[in-house]
Amino acid sequence: MTEAGGYNFAYLDEQTKRMIRRAILKAVAVPGYQVPFAGREMPLPYGWGTGGIQVTAAVISGQDVLKVIDQGADDTTNAVSIRRFFARTAGVATTTRTAEATLIQTRHRIPEHPLGEGQILVYQVPIPEPLRWMEPRETETRKMHALSEYGAMHVKLYEDIVHFGRIATSYDYPVRVNGHYIMSPSPIPKFDNPKMDRMPALQLFGAGREKRIYAVPPYTRVESLDFEDHPFEVQRWDEACALCGATDSFLDEVVTDDRGGRMFVCSDTDHCQDRRAGAPAGKEEAAQ
Amino acid sequence: MVALANDLPPGFADPVADANAVFRAVLSAISYPGRIVPLPVAPAPPPPLSLAAAAILLTLADLETPVWLSPGLDGDGVRAWLAFHCGCPLVVEPGRALFAVTESWDMLSEFSPGTAENPEQSATVILQVDSLRPGRGMSLRGPGIPDVERLEVPGAGPSLVRALAGNHRLFPRGVDVVLAAAGRLACLPRTIQVTEEASCMSR
Repeated sequence: MTEAGGYNFAYLDEQTKRMIRRAILKAVAVPGYQVPFAGREMPLPYGWGTGGIQVTAAVISGQDVLKVIDQGADDTTNAVSIRRFFARTAGVATTTRTAEATLIQTRHRIPEHPLGEGQILVYQVPIPEPLRWMEPRETETRKMHALSEYGAMHVKLYEDIVHFGRIATSYDYPVRVNGHYIMSPSPIPKFDNPKMDRMPALQLFGAGREKRIYAVPPYTRVESLDFEDHPFEVQRWDEACALCGATDSFLDEVVTDDRGGRMFVCSDTDHCQDRRAGAPAGKEEAAQ
Repeated sequence: MVALANDLPPGFADPVADANAVFRAVLSAISYPGRIVPLPVAPAPPPPLSLAAAAILLTLADLETPVWLSPGLDGDGVRAWLAFHCGCPLVVEPGRALFAVTESWDMLSEFSPGTAENPEQSATVILQVDSLRPGRGMSLRGPGIPDVERLEVPGAGPSLVRALAGNHRLFPRGVDVVLAAAGRLACLPRTIQVTEEASCMSR
């Protein structure tokens, strides 16, 4: 593969990369704090991962192996176009296999396969400010973070309990990083929240429209907010994956016909394929 | 008093790839604090600027980042080299710098620690040291370290530990320190709790 003519390596110019790199380093130094950066226009609309792409473009080297997922899948439009973008502008090798990737850009999932040291996970973030729904003013949320004034967030979760008898937030579930900043984990299902805790890989977050970069360093405490009498818990399914039989992965419900037929399959396509390659038993269940 | 351009030592041989490689080394070092990371490239900066300090400035400093040089490192050669390759403004007051290069940690508290509302506006202090030794010396704990990391800066006494501990207490404010030895570097961001060897042994 060759680099696209007329563009710098990985699309962004070097001065932009320096600015983003400085923001990334400060983000790692202050875990969970949202560092403002001078986000550039990218050849994709906001909402398609422009923040994640800018972080990836500043980090990626010619030796990286890139994986891009959208809701766990490698073969959806967003994932395919971002993967091709970097294959063209940086000439990097790409993969769909989590274990082989050195750099993984993700929209709304953490791969099921545990990530290790040396891997970097880049999240695409739509709304980086976890307090935004409670306090629309940036001047105020900035103060709230500075003073660790997080009562409003607990009130929101408490109101859930009053209305529904449980914390009804099921994705973008707020976390506390290293006992200090409250952070949005991006709209991953809360099923994935425990994977962030003390993950050996570096986690970077890029919000293009809101122009914020934040990070969770490796081996860093990430606690999902909860109450003593309403502890944090993740989603569970009665079904197993119809393709691979997995009972421990995040499942998507897929409607298969117009007569109410449906099946549950792994959201992480690489994980599902791995299991099917190693454990063909699941296929028989699906055929029935 | 500026050296002629053709006397200037070169910057990176491959500005794009070398800057990326150095950034990844620094990113790795700040992600896993206290671990010694080899410098992937070897620029030839004018002395007394060290290889690692020079590589970091070539990678991260530009017209947007005021740089402060300690009196021991400041000189026409270094100034001309930075002006040509980085284009960074050099400042006299340490408190105004985003990057500082120094050989002493006595001044750590004089660099900008940022504000509680904007802790990212703190300085990054590149501390030139003679060498770094893993597995002994200071005990480091915090984000990026599973349990405890050890790092020795030969020749540094308890004053370095005191300076770093004082910086850590400012969190979320505080400077981030890059220890730059010849061809190797390690990072100590403000999140890292630094204690002396002895307190580690007693655990």
